Amino acid sequence: MEALVASGIGVLTAAGIYLILRFRTFPVVLGMTMLSYAVNVFLFATGRLVVNMPPILNHLGENTPGYTDPIPQALVLTAIVISFGMTAVVVMLSLGAFIEAGNDKIDLGDEEKNT
Amino acid sequence: MSPALIAALPFLGALLPALLIRTGRTNAAVAAAATSGLALLGLLLHAPAVMRGEVITARYDWLPWLGLNANFMIDGLGLLFATLILGIGLLIILYARFYLSKDDPAGQFYTYLLLFQGAMVGIVLSDNILLLLIFWELTSLSSFLLIGYWKHLPEGRQGARMALTVTGMGGLAMIAGMLILGNIAGSHDISAILQAKEAIQASPFYLPALILILIGAFTKSAQFPFHFWLPHAMAAPTPVSAYLHSATMVKAGLFLMARLWPVLAGTPEWFYIVATVGLITMLVGAKIAIFKDDLKALLAFSTVSHLGLITFLLGLGTKAAAVAAVFHIINHATFKAALFMSAGIVDHETHTRDLKRLGGLRHLMPITFTIATIAALSMAGIPLLNGFLSKEMMLEEASHTLWAGNAWIVPAVAALAALFSAAYSFRYIAHAFLGPVRDDYPHHPHDPGFGMWAAPAFLVVLVVAIGLMPMTFAGEIVRTAANAVVGGGLEMYPIKHWHGLTPALWMSVVAVVGGLLLLSLHPRLNAIWLAMPRPEAKVIFDAIIAAAARGAQALTGRLHNGSMSRYLLIFVIAALGAGYWAWTTGQQGAPTRALTPATPVAFAAWIMLIVATGCVVAFHRNRLLALVLISIVGLIVSMSFIYLSAPDLALTQISVEVVTAVLMLLALNFLPKVTVPETSVLKRRFDAVVAVVGGLGAGLLIYALMLRDFAFPSMSEYHLANSYTGGGGTNVVNVILVDFRGYDTYGEVIVLGIAALVIFALTEALLTGASSRKLIAWRPDVVRAGDKHPLMLLVATRVMMPIALMMAVFIFLRGHNLPGGGFIAGLIAAVALVMQYMASGYAWTQARQRVYYHVLIALGVLAAGITGIGAWFNGVPFLTSDFGYFRIPPFEKFELATAMGFDLGVFLGVVGSVMLALGGLSRLARRAAVGDEGFHVVAEKPDARALAEQTGPLEVGLAGEWRRSARLGAEEDK
Repeated sequence: MEALVASGIGVLTAAGIYLILRFRTFPVVLGMTMLSYAVNVFLFATGRLVVNMPPILNHLGENTPGYTDPIPQALVLTAIVISFGMTAVVVMLSLGAFIEAGNDKIDLGDEEKNT
Repeated sequence: MSPALIAALPFLGALLPALLIRTGRTNAAVAAAATSGLALLGLLLHAPAVMRGEVITARYDWLPWLGLNANFMIDGLGLLFATLILGIGLLIILYARFYLSKDDPAGQFYTYLLLFQGAMVGIVLSDNILLLLIFWELTSLSSFLLIGYWKHLPEGRQGARMALTVTGMGGLAMIAGMLILGNIAGSHDISAILQAKEAIQASPFYLPALILILIGAFTKSAQFPFHFWLPHAMAAPTPVSAYLHSATMVKAGLFLMARLWPVLAGTPEWFYIVATVGLITMLVGAKIAIFKDDLKALLAFSTVSHLGLITFLLGLGTKAAAVAAVFHIINHATFKAALFMSAGIVDHETHTRDLKRLGGLRHLMPITFTIATIAALSMAGIPLLNGFLSKEMMLEEASHTLWAGNAWIVPAVAALAALFSAAYSFRYIAHAFLGPVRDDYPHHPHDPGFGMWAAPAFLVVLVVAIGLMPMTFAGEIVRTAANAVVGGGLEMYPIKHWHGLTPALWMSVVAVVGGLLLLSLHPRLNAIWLAMPRPEAKVIFDAIIAAAARGAQALTGRLHNGSMSRYLLIFVIAALGAGYWAWTTGQQGAPTRALTPATPVAFAAWIMLIVATGCVVAFHRNRLLALVLISIVGLIVSMSFIYLSAPDLALTQISVEVVTAVLMLLALNFLPKVTVPETSVLKRRFDAVVAVVGGLGAGLLIYALMLRDFAFPSMSEYHLANSYTGGGGTNVVNVILVDFRGYDTYGEVIVLGIAALVIFALTEALLTGASSRKLIAWRPDVVRAGDKHPLMLLVATRVMMPIALMMAVFIFLRGHNLPGGGFIAGLIAAVALVMQYMASGYAWTQARQRVYYHVLIALGVLAAGITGIGAWFNGVPFLTSDFGYFRIPPFEKFELATAMGFDLGVFLGVVGSVMLALGGLSRLARRAAVGDEGFHVVAEKPDARALAEQTGPLEVGLAGEWRRSARLGAEEDK
């Protein structure tokens, strides 16, 4: 299981890095989404992998098999929502740039650099 | 009055003139004067105690772990300087009231002046070098405002910038020096540092610290070679010059040298640096002053020279020299402030300060003439005036000072400087006031009103009084201050006029006679001076600044070439390098955890993930397809969360997937649908290598991590143990979010709200101006569906809406104990709303929207904040939650926790943010769509809701939307 998760994170990271190195906004946004997945799963996995032990307490005192680490989950939960906010801002920026400049290149042109 | 309050009063008072200026200049001046006067009174009440040798202190811990504390003290030196600053400040406030014209913004002036005054008082009363540094920088900033007060004058702006650059850079050097000093002494309190003389002078860091601190002091006090900024600061209004250059700003450097004299002085390094620089400055400043035709420029260079004199005395390192230095500080402040003010009066009345156009004012302005003459004679060192006494003391000290074994060089230079000083002082009197009355003054001169000459007259009275009876009027304060400078134990000799026929007396005689001689030779000397090439400091300074700016521009131009993909590449490679370095240099133990078995389901999901990711990369140019593929990745990630015991994460991820997909689709409405390949194969291969290495790194790192246990005990145990008993919830993740780490969540909701507002602002920007016209003229690049709002979808979403909202409420309520909570509920509610927008159109939905999304964000932040503050009323810290169990028959026992209020805030914040973000994008789309078809159509019945009441909801959803959209478009265009 660990190998699957680790290789999944690796593949997601590689895809994300490759896509953010493209020259147009949309692939870069996709790449950042990929990287967000990778980072979120990475953070989550730092709590170590556990199957069937959600961090929901059984306060009635019945037999419980134990709980997984709740802290990375709390961290990642807000990270997922924040990364949506970030993606939305980046999408809006790229859209604005596209409307104003007429193209969706992420690098500045020569005349833009001078201004 | 507490020393801290004395320092704070001018800052507090700085508000008054700014507020009162509408009621008239006099009121502003009175308010400023009252503040200064109150602070001065508070200070002088401490004077008897300080004269007895006590030190008044006020100590407040501010950042104790940094050694930065608001410690203030009034000792002799602080008392002297603070009296000068506040006393002359009062006179300046009076003088400025009459000097400034009606057009000058007087409120600003007094505000800046009081800010500056507060900073200066802060410097001289600080008992902590870090605190002192803060005030030091504040003087640089506030003097910048004062020097550049006449914003319309380019000289004023340039002078202010130059002063700020030079003194600011010196201040930076001084920060370093002070930190070293504090490090050696083991404390940042000045009173503690002053006890550590041996340790400091024995330290190998003594010399670096000394040099750095002296750079700060020299730049501030305009010592050679940093003296050039001071004359350029003369572009300021005269009250500013009189204040900054007689008693305050430039004296700050001297104050610092005097303050640290007990620990820094007495070494050869100190002597050779400080005394030599002082001596050179004294000579150079005096020489240039002789040839300046502008009254204020002459006074500026004379100030440079006198500052050099005091520096020289401090540099000698003897106690007698320290007494002379303190005495001259007082004398210089009195006569120089009076001189600046009289120069200002001349300027004010004749409209020129050029000595070549003046002369003969003796008969026209007798009062000003008397004041200026007495002050100038004091500056020249004529007996019975205070300048004579301290200059004699200086010459006396100089006459027996050896410089590198040489006995005559110091006395000779000092005597020459005194001679020059006498010459420019005489010239000030002779060329402005003596001689025949002219008939070509730019403005007919006459004496000003009492208000304007009262302040310099008062100072001249002091000049004479101290000159006649030094021990009566200044003896005590000189003794007290000098004692503070030398660190106590000073035997004070009485200050006398007659010491017998000492070398100093002969040097004085030579100086006065030589000065008169130079004055008579002035026209011829001036011709020589003008013919000689001389370095123009401003040109050199400007050249250095321009070169630095060019260098910075070239560097940033090369580093930031506008290619974002290059920055990202550098970032990735740097991160990989850092990771490699950490991996190879760090240590890791053997794996301690057993592997979790992989089930066929997990394996199948893994294969899907890999294939989907690969397809995203392979088909990323087809953007719609890539969007579908990346959604598959998101779904598999959500499923993995469920499988790996994280139900909350799975719920969050899957709802975020929905809104992200909508977001991207809205963007793709405008963006091109395909990416044209434009990179070379080589570049793509290189990127692929970097990406694979990065992926390998991340994968290996997390694999290694997952095979090992925590290096330190995790705090999760605490959260698991206390979640139910302390937070009242069994869903530990939710309890962490709303309780244990509620503060973080609070911040995150605010960040999300800010992101949404940023998007809103961007939308607004795009809906105006050129981009708006582009939107209106937009031609969609793909064929639109014939049916904008398919009936099936419309009916389905409207039926689903209450169900989805109910689901959100359910998820919200159960969140504390079971998977769910504010974040997830907020996302689900947002999805429910988004469905309406998609199926029924923006305008239809917008017409039914009762609350703005901005308001929802604000309400969310407020609800969370108020819940947090509510804890205060229980006497517990912010965001501490409380809970209890209730029972209302016939329902089961249920729980209410205050955390629910907080979670409600999260819920509202998330709904508002998501909807505002998506709404912004759809507004752009609407602008384009309206422009496309019916932009100029104005609806006859614009209110869609009124229409809805007449004809029932469904038709209006289709027809009303169109009408309203046209109206909105027309409105937005206005």
